[in-house]
Amino acid sequence: MSAITISDEDFLKFKEFFYRKTGIVFDHSKRYFVDKRLIDRIEATESGNFRIYFNMLRFEASGNELQNLVNTMTVNETYFFREEYQFKCLVNSLMHEITQRKTDKSPIRIWSVPSSSGEEPYSIAIYLLEYWAGINDWDVEIMSSDIDTTMIEHAKRGHYSARSVQHLPKEFLAKYFHYQDEGYQICDDLRAAVEFSRVNIVNSADVRPYRNIDIIFCRNLLIYFDDASRRQVAEMFFDAMKTGGFVCLGHSESMSRISSLFRVRKFPEAIVYQKPLEAL
Amino acid sequence: MPIIKKQVPKIQCTNHDDRINNRDFTGLVEELYSEDSTARRWAVRDLAEMPDVSSVLVDRLVVENNAGVRTAILNALAHLGDDVAIAGLVHCLRSEEAALRNEAIGVLKESPNEVEPIISTLLTDSDSDVRIFAVNILESLRHKNVEQWLLNVIEKDSHLNVCATAVDLLSEVGSERSIPALKQLKIRFEDEPYICFSVDLALKRIEEGSH
Amino acid sequence: MKQILVIDDAATVRLYHRNILESAGYSVDEAINGIEALEKALVKPYDLYVVDVNMPKLDGYGFLNEFRRQEDAVQSPAIMVSTEMGENDKVLGYAAGANLYLTKPLKPTELLSYTRLLLGEVA
Repeated sequence: MSAITISDEDFLKFKEFFYRKTGIVFDHSKRYFVDKRLIDRIEATESGNFRIYFNMLRFEASGNELQNLVNTMTVNETYFFREEYQFKCLVNSLMHEITQRKTDKSPIRIWSVPSSSGEEPYSIAIYLLEYWAGINDWDVEIMSSDIDTTMIEHAKRGHYSARSVQHLPKEFLAKYFHYQDEGYQICDDLRAAVEFSRVNIVNSADVRPYRNIDIIFCRNLLIYFDDASRRQVAEMFFDAMKTGGFVCLGHSESMSRISSLFRVRKFPEAIVYQKPLEAL
Repeated sequence: MPIIKKQVPKIQCTNHDDRINNRDFTGLVEELYSEDSTARRWAVRDLAEMPDVSSVLVDRLVVENNAGVRTAILNALAHLGDDVAIAGLVHCLRSEEAALRNEAIGVLKESPNEVEPIISTLLTDSDSDVRIFAVNILESLRHKNVEQWLLNVIEKDSHLNVCATAVDLLSEVGSERSIPALKQLKIRFEDEPYICFSVDLALKRIEEGSH
Repeated sequence: MKQILVIDDAATVRLYHRNILESAGYSVDEAINGIEALEKALVKPYDLYVVDVNMPKLDGYGFLNEFRRQEDAVQSPAIMVSTEMGENDKVLGYAAGANLYLTKPLKPTELLSYTRLLLGEVA
């Protein structure tokens, strides 16, 4: 039993700080959840009490502890069709707007970072094939990058657990996967449809080759970065994108904590951020 | 079925068709005044990798009206961090344009070492708005002196809104040693409901926080 | 119940405005800057906006400029609240689409009477 306690005022102070940094609001119903994780971090860092821990969190130059804390306060799990409303937005709204604006038949470029083990880029491919009529008239290039080469290898191999595919409709599972080695192997056609690469997105030399992107999916990643790195990534995305291109962030992320370069666009399914069409 | 075409590895393409001019210093400075905002952004990004470029970037910042290019210049100046760059950022605090002021505050917040030598001057500037912005810079500044700087403000500054901004931050970073000055401030502005409210909140946070 | 969005980067100011407005029976949401305010206002229409001027990422003028050009958004009144009281600041505020430009800090009675006025609750 821990002797460390979080008082009501500590909770409110932390709540405000965390909201300012991440945009995530913990209401009173989350009190137990938050307290428990805070106490865990206070113990892990041997801070002794909330005040010392909070000062460290607030003033630590590296921002590492904030990252640790965000990790414990959020669930970062990847699976097929996670945050599906955004894929709906992609096929119902974004692809239409992009094709309307195009003056040639060059491919539409989508970049999914981080690829993690590949569930997101493959979900995008499946969604486009299944739900976007324009797929018969337009070429689409799907690129996906991660900093972790182990993840990229996993993604390229395309072998998934039952848990990872549990939200996929049965007919898609049957159509695009086969059961093998106690898991689900994605078909070669889909594997060939996504180009995986290793990229550190805070390294400008890594990002520079990526140009003329129409849509970037960058979900549940920037929330783990400090303010300066977030801004830097937003800058690089801006340069990598076509004017009018879109950025999709994770459901608990907001551009309000990242950058002022993009316009907020509301679509029926989601809020998406756009590189302005007109000169700013 | 694969209508989605596999992408040729993009890593190979390193020359950018939209980065046309000579990428040496003179060529890049020329590009800073290009008609095309994308070209200007790239010029800023490439210049930022070179030595002694702060003054040419500050010169451009003053006349630049494209928000994307401006953001790139501000970030470059923060990254450069020399005296000329920081002076250029500080100059933005006096701009008539809110967006420019706020962007400059944003990058100064992330430069604790560069801000340290000038923050006392900013906190005692003759313009109360600049003093408010200086307190705003302290908001995310990861520096051990933050509480002391804020204490100086609430003890000495006569301007209501400068003190109010400092109290907001003290409710987050204040410790027991801020208590007397906070109580004194409340007496000084006893007719101002907002100051009374914010001082009470800060005191409560400090006194009822765990020790 | 009328819904009000309070937009300010200072947590204490948001709480102060929230307490005053809630005590008078209004429902209050908060946003930390103009971008978050747009994210909220484009999804859920509010009856009134209380908007600070200087905020990171997107300031109050930027928020109103952008919000007022959204054709399918419900256009409710906005009170701009600023530490700046120059004539030029006011002109910019009204040009961006503010219905009223007030100087910080507000007295509770002041905030409530202008809120009622802009919500059409004054006989």
